[in-house]
Parts: sequence; structure tokens; C-alpha cells
Amino acid sequence: MAETVVEVAEPPALVLKGYEGKPLVDLDTYRAVGGYAQLERARAMSPHDVTQEIIDSNLRGRGGAFFPTGRKASFIPTPDKVAKPIYITVNADESEPGTFKDREIMLKVPHRLLEGCLIAAHAIQSKHVFIYIRGEYSEEYEVLSKALAEARKAKLLGNVKLTMHRGAGAYICGEETALLESLEGKRGQPRSKPPFPAIQGLYASPTLINNVESITNMPIVLEIGPHEYAQIGAPPDSTGTRLFCLSGNVERPGVYEAPHGITTRHLIYDIGGGVPNGRDLKAVMMGGSSFPVMTPDELDTKLDANSLGQRGLFIGSGVVCVLDDRTCIVQFALRVAQFYMHESCGKCTPCRVGTRWLVQILRAVEDGTATENDLEVLLDVCDRIIGKCLCVLGDSAAMPVASCVTKFRDEFKQHLAQGGCPFGADSSLANLFAPVDQHAHAGAPA
Amino acid sequence: MIEEIRKIAKEYPSSKSAVLPALRLAQERYGWLPRAAFEEVGEALDLTPAYCMSIASFYDLFHLEPAGTHMIEVCTNVCCGLVNAQAVLEAFERELGIRVGETTSDTTVTLRAVECLGGCSTPTIVAVDHRYRQSVTPDDVPAIVAELRSG
Ligand SMILES: Cc1cc2nc3c(=O)[nH]c(=O)nc-3n(C[C@H](O)[C@H](O)[C@H](O)COP(=O)(O)O)c2cc1C
Ligand code: SF4
Ligand code: FES
Repeated sequence: MAETVVEVAEPPALVLKGYEGKPLVDLDTYRAVGGYAQLERARAMSPHDVTQEIIDSNLRGRGGAFFPTGRKASFIPTPDKVAKPIYITVNADESEPGTFKDREIMLKVPHRLLEGCLIAAHAIQSKHVFIYIRGEYSEEYEVLSKALAEARKAKLLGNVKLTMHRGAGAYICGEETALLESLEGKRGQPRSKPPFPAIQGLYASPTLINNVESITNMPIVLEIGPHEYAQIGAPPDSTGTRLFCLSGNVERPGVYEAPHGITTRHLIYDIGGGVPNGRDLKAVMMGGSSFPVMTPDELDTKLDANSLGQRGLFIGSGVVCVLDDRTCIVQFALRVAQFYMHESCGKCTPCRVGTRWLVQILRAVEDGTATENDLEVLLDVCDRIIGKCLCVLGDSAAMPVASCVTKFRDEFKQHLAQGGCPFGADSSLANLFAPVDQHAHAGAPA
Repeated sequence: MIEEIRKIAKEYPSSKSAVLPALRLAQERYGWLPRAAFEEVGEALDLTPAYCMSIASFYDLFHLEPAGTHMIEVCTNVCCGLVNAQAVLEAFERELGIRVGETTSDTTVTLRAVECLGGCSTPTIVAVDHRYRQSVTPDDVPAIVAELRSG
């Protein structure tokens, strides 16, 4: 059973600082690399000053939306302004296809995440932190629980209560307001905004929601200083490092920490060893399955929000999944659409119905029964979803599909001209089963 | 179980928040979620059984029908799919003599396909009784099944 590769690919090591192949799971090993010293420092500072350091570092959200972390914290009212408790919920629901970094943070540097939680709690004067951890993550839950017990025993929590809450298998619960609903014991369906969680979040109280990697950066910002941090990566907007999630048809997949701004080519070919078996790269699932795909001519694009943004691409949760030239792009788009159809919470029509349409039309294209007009219908459906849903899940289904149609239109047309898939069974994604078909399928005659 | 659930509920500002951990606990007890589980969870948390059932039906980890003693969940999302997920899934179907979504007739094993499990760099990821096996190939399948059948 192969271990996941987790490495610092390019200095500086920030999130993985001190890790070097040996997990910092117990308190002593974490303390030996300076662990919890920044918590002590933070507690000696005023909450306002801690928030200011996070603002000055320009740390931005690693959960997908890249929102400035310090600014979000500054939206939380101070306790003298509200008669309600103030909460923090850490988003450890990691379910974006292609993302596997938060899991490694919990397994390799759990105390750094906890230290970050406690620093954030001091910064916004919260006394109750929830960590909403993906329900499927068993080992991660155990490792983090053990670290928490140790931190509690060492009296590091102070007056902060920290609760681990396990999800139960629903991608949508990664969306921040769905996460809050779920944590309140309801179905995980997004809320309309405003009110924003900073004002009315968990139990209608001010709530700060951050991704695991964002929170884990906080002790580092304090340790190296916000101004130094702001120089790392691709300043001014994409500061610090990323835990890039490299997967798919690549020689050395893994979690690689590297500064924002390295090129996609460098990550895939120099760090990842390139595409195996002498195949060519066809496309990159960039940022996660929720975003447009990257094509080979875009490989020199730097991995920072602005460079990617200029090309209509997103850094998302740091996903770089390589598709080689055996991949049928229609099958890829279909499988992505099937995921979102399965995960749509059903609350709004464009998403609930639109994801179904995407699947049906893509299926017809793959089977060769669609017409050229159906490609226009496909793009039209995407257009009727994007920006018209209650949460971003709808866009997340439509954006990758639309990008496949526009960037690989010839391949779509080839399906229509040939009356079927030009790759046949040779595509790596041929006949790939999707859970959305599970109920229809079970019990049917073989 | 009711006492245990009430204890979990104390961790939260509102006891309703304990519904997911409570259903998880009930499922560990029963192997799935029968009507009795919803009644117990409901009683412990002052919720109706219907409410508890509506929650369970939303989340993928809860089983509303009897499941096998062991659970095999194969990731068939794209990163695993690009490498060998479909071949691994089919190898399990062959080895178990059932199709995905089904339970063996002796009720030992349920086979499911699931979405990305967050282990994409070591495809294919297979969760066996909720523990991840990494880099599973079709060749590994007979041994995994034998292991479950023997224990
Ligand atoms: C459908 C959907 C799923 C999401 N899943 C996750 C997730 O698994 N983990 C995560 O951190 N953020 C996820 N997000 C983003 C969150 O809504 C939110 O922006 C993020 O947790 C904020 O933290 P950050 O600012 O530190 O990135 C998701 C968003 C959407 C729309
Ligand atoms: S966009 Fe989809 S997932 Fe989001 S609220 Fe609407 S139906 Fe639910
Ligand atoms: S795609 Fe299989 S674990 Fe992510």
C-alpha cells in the first residue's frame, strides 16, 4: 500500500515547516520545532493586533474562494457589540474532487492546525471553535482528536472550547452556509446571503469560517512576521505557499508545498516527473473539478490567482490533476457533471434540473446520438446556471462543462460525426461508473 | 444509547446539533438505520423520528436499508478514474459475484461506488469498513475480499 507523497517541493516550508518526512503528531515533537510559541505570543497581544497581522500578511482562503482571511476576521463584531457568543467553524470537510491536502495537514501537523484555531479564537475573541471534519475521514479524526486531547491536557486551550464534529457524506456541506445548517443538525442546504455568517452564522451568532489550510497558516504568519510572509509567493495578491494536490496521469503524484507563482509546467514536469508512459498532456483539471480546465498551451501559466485569473482559470483548492491524451474529454465532462448532479442539494431549480440536463446531453454526445444543435443547448444550459443559483455549486457544474465544450469543440463534433466515441474503450475514463447511477443500477439484471 | 446520545448533545449549544453523531452511533449499533433507530435518536434529542429520518436520507453515509457486515467503497471520481478505478470496481464485482450497489446473498459484503474520497494521489482509493486502502489495483482485490470473508 503506497504512502501519499507529502513534500516541500520548493522552499520555504510554511505549513509543513519542521515536518521533513516525520509527522509532528505529538505535542513534544511539535514543541521542538517551536510549536505553540506563537499562541503564547498572540495571547500577549491585543486581539485587534493579531487580526492586523493576518491582514498585513494578505493570507487568503485556501478553501476555494481565495477571500482575504484577515479581512473576513475583521468583519466579526467584537463581544461588546453583540450579546451573542462568537463562533469559529473550521472547514475540514474536504470533498472537492482532486483535493487531498487538508487530510495531510491533519495527519502530519495536527497541532499546527490546533494552534491556528486558538490564535484565531484569540483574534476574534471566540470561546467556542468547531472543527467540521469530513465523515469519511476516520484516521484523520483519530489523529486530530488525540492531538486535541494532548493540547487540552497541557492546558493550551485556555478558556476556549474546541468541538470536533463529524460530517456524514455530503459534498455540499463544504459550502459554508450548508456547513452551518449541518452543524445545527439540519439537512445541509445552503442559506441565502446576506446575512453573512460573520453577522448571523452558527445559531444566528457571528461566525468565522475558514479552511484547514488557511487556519494552519496563522501560526506561521505570526512566526515569520506578516511583512515577511507577504513577500513570499506572488505578492501582493497571492502570498505564501500552497499545498498543491498533484494527481492523475503524472509520474509522481502527491501533496507538494511550494510558493504561489511557480508555473504549472514546473509543478507537473519538474516536481511531478511529467506524464508517464511517454503520453502527451491533454488537459489539466485546475483548482478542482468545479473550474474550467486548462489546455497544454496554458502550461506556462503561473499558479497564482491573478495569472490564472487572466486566463479565466482558478487556483481553487490547489488541485492540479493531469489528463493524458488517452482521455476522452466528453467522458471527463460527463463524469464531472454526474458528480454535481449527485451532490446538488435540490434547493434551487437551475442547479437541480440543470445538472440533470448536462448529464443527459453529455451522455447523448458520448453515445453519438446528439446533434450539433445539442452543443449549443449544452452551452445554453450552462449559461442558465452560472450566476443564477443560490450557492456556487451550480456554477461549479457548469464552468468545467462549458470549458470542455469551448476548448475541445472539435472532439465533441467528432463524436457527433462518428456517431460515437472516437476513443472507444481506449479512453482511460471509458465506462466509468458514477454513484448517481447506483440506485437505478442495483438489483438490475446483469 | 439514549444516555450516550444525551451526553454527546451536552457538547453543543443546541441539542439538535447532535443528530449526526447520534445517527452515526445508532448505525454502528444496528449496522444500518431501522425505524427503531430513529425512534431512539428522536427520544434522546426531543426530535420526531420523521425528522431524524429526513436528516439521514440527506447524507450518503447513512444506510436506510440493511447493509452487509462489511462495506467496500470504491472511489470512481476522475483522478482515480484516470488511473484504474473502473477496473478495480469491476474486479470487486467479479470477485463478489454482485453488481455495484448490492450486498452479497450471505450479507457479508456491500459494494458501493463513491465520489472522491480525498486520496487522489494514490489511486484507486478503496474504503474497506471506512479505512482507506491506497493504490489498490485489480490484482489486490481477491486478497481484500478473502480477508473480509475470513473475518
Ligand atoms: C459546493 C461547495 C463546496 C465547498 N467545499 C469546501 C470544502 O470542502 N472545504 C473548504 O474549505 N471549503 C469549501 N468550500 C468553500 C467554502 O464555502 C468557504 O469559502 C471556505 O470554507 C472559506 O474558508 P477560507 O476562506 O479559509 O478558504 C466549498 C464551497 C462550495 C460552493
Ligand atoms: S446551487 Fe445547487 S447545491 Fe447550491 S443551493 Fe442551489 S440546488 Fe443546492
Ligand atoms: S478521485 Fe479518488 S480519491 Fe479523489
